[in-house]
Parts: sequence; structure tokens; C-alpha cells
Amino acid sequence: MASTKEMKQTLFGPIFANNPIALQILGVCSALAVTAKMENTLVMCIALTFVLVLSNVSISIIRNHIPSSVRIIVQMTIIASLVIVVDQLLKAFAYDIAQELSVFVGLIITNCIVMGRAEAFAMKEGPGMSFLDGLGNALGYSVVLLTVGFFRELFGSGSLFGYQILPLITEGGWYTPVGLLVLPPSAFFIIGGFIWVLRIFRPEQVEAKES
Amino acid sequence: MEHYLSMFVRAVFIENLALSFFLGMCTFLAVSKKVTTALGLGIAVIVVLGLAVPLGNLVNTYVLAPGALAWAGFPDADLSFLRFLTFIGVIAALVQILEMTLDKYLPALYNALGIFLPLITVNCAIFGGVLFMVERDYNFTESIVYGVGSGVGWALAITLLAAVREKLKYADIPDGLRGLGITFISTGLIGLGFMSFSGVSL
Repeated sequence: MASTKEMKQTLFGPIFANNPIALQILGVCSALAVTAKMENTLVMCIALTFVLVLSNVSISIIRNHIPSSVRIIVQMTIIASLVIVVDQLLKAFAYDIAQELSVFVGLIITNCIVMGRAEAFAMKEGPGMSFLDGLGNALGYSVVLLTVGFFRELFGSGSLFGYQILPLITEGGWYTPVGLLVLPPSAFFIIGGFIWVLRIFRPEQVEAKES
Repeated sequence: MEHYLSMFVRAVFIENLALSFFLGMCTFLAVSKKVTTALGLGIAVIVVLGLAVPLGNLVNTYVLAPGALAWAGFPDADLSFLRFLTFIGVIAALVQILEMTLDKYLPALYNALGIFLPLITVNCAIFGGVLFMVERDYNFTESIVYGVGSGVGWALAITLLAAVREKLKYADIPDGLRGLGITFISTGLIGLGFMSFSGVSL
């Protein structure tokens, strides 16, 4: 078993130091469109955490039995089965949210983080470390997504988790919502800003100038 | 005819897969440094989406949808929960077959597009296109139009972004924003530009 320090590194590294979205551009694909509301964002994060952790552990357990020529197919099948479970659970217990998330739950299958971690980490390390790696990366992903969701919902519609925080001017309050933040492109601006702030605190992540 | 034309325009501009649904972002951001490569990938996406969406439609209508297996004597079967697994398999197989066919019969095209094809198997845009088709209940002809249209939209978006990024090389960007940060922001700006099409009613 690896040392405690190494385990900590595996778990917390991906949150800021090596964030999968901000640094490796993995997994932005499917998820940004659901960040207009915190509630949907949170459900998406939980779904991704579930899939990522379980796929990492199960792929890691059978890693020595997978022939390398068909490993992508095997990984895909495991991930797709897990996503089917999540999708069916959501449809059974949270139908409204499942309707709003529409195709984006299914798109966890092609989320590059899940495939990327399976390929880069779970195929090499034992189940314990893979569990931590999966959890760490899922948390790193959730941090970015929840930040985007927080700004979009708070300033776009003046509420958080559906509760009105800033009273809207249309309902007799004082806050004029920023309509731009409800539109999809605003998510790009917020992520761009997130990366900028992150790199001010961690200058070693700044990309070298292209010649 | 008008119906299909308006669907096409809608898929290309208004409901652009990359810019309004964020699909295929990993490859979108990673492979958009040069216009020529971006164009190559874009064309590959058009071809694969144009084939995968109609194929997915056939699979859905005759195998997966509730009651679809009536022709085989199982009118009560509902396999729709197997959708994700089946579509991923169909797309992966399609890309593999396409790769082999191109390699055998059109080597010139294979050399141009070949390196992009494996990338496309896990491209969210393809899978997302197929899922949208199912969700919106398109029939076979509509699914062809939608597949090609959304492919063209994606190709257009990635080519535009690559062109912007080529120019950005000469710009003086704040350190923290250089590279990824400014790419996100430019993508957002292109997205805003595309939003103006949403006022177009067809």
C-alpha cells in the first residue's frame, strides 16, 4: 500500500494543482450546458463522481485480465453500463431533473475524464489508489462546475438552488439579473476567468509563449 | 423541402453542437491550433455524424424503441434502456469500418483524415448528435439532414476558432490567460456571435 503522503497527493492533487478541466482540458464537453442552475449542476457532479469512482475501481480490479488490444472496448462497456444505472436511477427517483439534464447524463460515457483516468491511472494502479484518484478527479471537476453554476445562477437569475437570494426588480426587489449569464456562452467566460485566477496563484501553470 | 431546409439551417447555426451545447469540447479545444488540421477534423466529423445519426435512427426504430421488435415477434419488448451501450458500440464499429474502407479504396483521403478518425469515436459531438436525434423523434430523412447539418455546424465552429487562434499568436495576452484561458474566452465570443442567429425564424 502506498504511503499516506502519496495517497493525499492522489486525492487532493487533481482539485487545484492538477485540475482535469483547467489544466488538461478534459471533460468540459458534456457538462457546461447544465450549469445554468445549481441544482442540476450538483446532480451532474454526483452522477459523474459515482461513475468515475466505480469505473476506476472496477477497471483497476480487472486490469491484469484485459488484453491491451481490446481495452478501449472493455472500458467503454464498463463505463456505459454504469451510466445506464445512473440514468435509470435518475429517471426513477428524480424525473424532473432527469428531463432537464436530457442527453447530458448519457454524455458522461464520452466524458474525456472518465476515459482518460481509466486509461492513464486505473490500468496501472491498484484498486485503492484508483478509488482515490477517481474521487480526486471527480472533486476537481465538481469544483469547477459548481463555481460556474454558482455565478451563473446567482447573478443570472438571483437565486441559489432555486431560493431567491437577490430580490429581482421584476418582483419589486432591486436586482436586475444579468441576462447574459443565462446564455450558454457565459460559461466559457467564467471558466476562462477561473483559469486566470488559478494561474495567478499558481504561476507554474502559466503556458509558455509560442514562438 | 422547406421543412428540411429550415432544419438544416437550425442545426448549423442556431443549435450549433459545439457552441450552444458544448459538445466535442475536448477535441474542439485541443485540435484547433491550426486551420488546416481543424478543417480536416471538421470534415471527418461531418462524414461520421452524417452516417452515425441515420444509422442510429435505424437501430432505434427497428431494435431499441418500445415495440420496435414487433417484426421479430416480440411486440412487448422495450430495449430502450440499452440505448447508450448500443449507440456507443454502433459508433465505434462505424468509425472502425470507415477507417478500413478508406484505407483500402481511398488512400489519399485516408491519409488526410485517418489520424482524426480514432479521436472521433469518443467525441461527444457524435454521441450527442445521436442522442438528440432519439430525443427529438426524428424520422429517417430528418435524421440524415440533422446529422449532416450538425456536422457542418461543428466543422464551421472549429475552423473559425482555429482562425482566431492563429491570429492570437501575435497578441499580447496577460500571462495567466495565455493558451487555454484565452481560448475559452474566444470560444465564448464566437458563441455569442452565433446566438444572434437565434432571432432568425424559418
